[in-house]
Amino acid sequence: MANTFAFAESRGGALRRVAFEAVSAARALADASGGGEVHALLAGAPGVAALASELGKYGADVVIVVEHAGLANANAESLAATAAARIKAGGYRAAIFSASAQGRDLAPRVAAQLGVSMAADVTSFEFAGDALVVRHPAYAGKVIATLKLTGSPAIVTLRPGARAAVEAAREARVESAQPASDPGASKVVVKEMIVGGGAKLDIGDAPVIVSGGRGLKSAENFKLVEDLAAAFGNAAVGATRAVTDDGWRPHSDQIGQTGRQVSPELYVALGISGAIQHIAGMRNSRTIVAINKDKEAPIFKVADYGIVGDVIEILPVLTAAVKEARAKG
Amino acid sequence: MKIAVCIKRVPDMETRFKIAANGTSVDESGLKYDMSDFDGYAVETALQLNEKQGPGETVVISLGPDVVQEQLRKALSMGADRAVQLKADRVPADGLAIARALAAELKEGGYDLILFGRQAVDSANATVGPMTAELLGLPCATAVSTLDIANGRATARRDLEGATEVVEFALPAVVSVDEGMPRARYPSLKGIMAAKKKPLEVKPAQLGDERISIEKMELPPERAAGRIVGEGPGAVPELVRLLHTEAKVL
Repeated sequence: MANTFAFAESRGGALRRVAFEAVSAARALADASGGGEVHALLAGAPGVAALASELGKYGADVVIVVEHAGLANANAESLAATAAARIKAGGYRAAIFSASAQGRDLAPRVAAQLGVSMAADVTSFEFAGDALVVRHPAYAGKVIATLKLTGSPAIVTLRPGARAAVEAAREARVESAQPASDPGASKVVVKEMIVGGGAKLDIGDAPVIVSGGRGLKSAENFKLVEDLAAAFGNAAVGATRAVTDDGWRPHSDQIGQTGRQVSPELYVALGISGAIQHIAGMRNSRTIVAINKDKEAPIFKVADYGIVGDVIEILPVLTAAVKEARAKG
Repeated sequence: MKIAVCIKRVPDMETRFKIAANGTSVDESGLKYDMSDFDGYAVETALQLNEKQGPGETVVISLGPDVVQEQLRKALSMGADRAVQLKADRVPADGLAIARALAAELKEGGYDLILFGRQAVDSANATVGPMTAELLGLPCATAVSTLDIANGRATARRDLEGATEVVEFALPAVVSVDEGMPRARYPSLKGIMAAKKKPLEVKPAQLGDERISIEKMELPPERAAGRIVGEGPGAVPELVRLLHTEAKVL
């Protein structure tokens, strides 16, 4: 029985949520198609091996640990070469990366090195005979394409948040390996890694996203959005393209067709009219709340709960109410 | 610098898409087309680099049937010098096939820089750029939000989730551009007239094997209609109650 490969993404000595999602998805794929082991590749600076047991919790049978000082920051060339060499040697039937920024950078390089095709940003996958059948949102999320991928191994990137990581605990065996290419010889050198906003949650990791649009009227009023995020305690702040274009928020906060696609448990749209470009990035959120002064705004067509009114007037009241509700638990 | 920009023709995403009768594509009737947003940034980036850094050449390349000449002409009217159509009866679903055809065209081109958009806005794969770089054995930076080039070296910023990476590499290189890069300029009347006389070469695309087929396309399920809880700050307690007891997210 062929095994399944997963890339376990880490940053700054900690595993990212998408690492568990990739391992858990590989476990599910293996279990649904006759078994076999899940082998996770974990690479980083010396010390990263300590994270291996966390991957066992989500179903990894083997964790291949590659420790190297040159891998402290993501080193795409060395990581791609290492993943490709391992995938080739391991005879895997499928290799799963996250469709995170790093996964979307790595997986195409790996696929091209191996001369195999890949499916990107998939929300589900299953084997049908020897082919892997995947679902992939396209056309700004307005069309779902079902694709059939032949050739072995099948490489996919899995949309973050599309499948929650499920525990399937086991004692993972740890294997040590060397990078397949010297990280110091990479042609692209990471000069600096700036981790944004201190301890703030990233919009890809946060279970709650509070997002602001032009209805906030100014960059200063985003303080009210940040206050609401702080009241939730597990929220990140997002924005529409209009807002990031105006420089009120950084481009990296943009949610939408040309920005990030998110699917949190709760999405709160504040002063957002609901342009298609924005809805493409958040329509898969579990629960959507919208506050907008225009009761005809398209955002109310996708929102589960709406309040019609001036967002600047409503926000402080909502923040206080959320704080109180959180305090009660 | 000699810069290649790979662009894709895509439908306007504001459209309400319908699925075609074959069930494996969108209904193309009535669709409006343009070059993919990020590809427009890539063309603009190339033009600005060559405008700033003196004599250079910007070559735009697109793979697909003859209709892609519309987008190639648009890039020419923005200021690109010449265009190449890699002719194929359709754009394959397999990014590696596209990358192979592009790499075959780019390989002997002597380009200092090869630009892509971060992803095509229709298929949303973001695979062709880095695959092409890999096939050409060139350094590659994906999804950059800034790009500075001096003395044959490039510095770029890449926005990762919750972090930003600053990378440096030597040219020739492959770069895909993200938000943050300059928006495509509107072609001037003079540019549109000039574009008609610029060379547009048509060559067969060397796609090779394709290993991805589209089995089905469908519209996602509509979200159930929501409800307006109320108006103004007075509706907040009811909203919070519903988030707590019904949606169970608070």
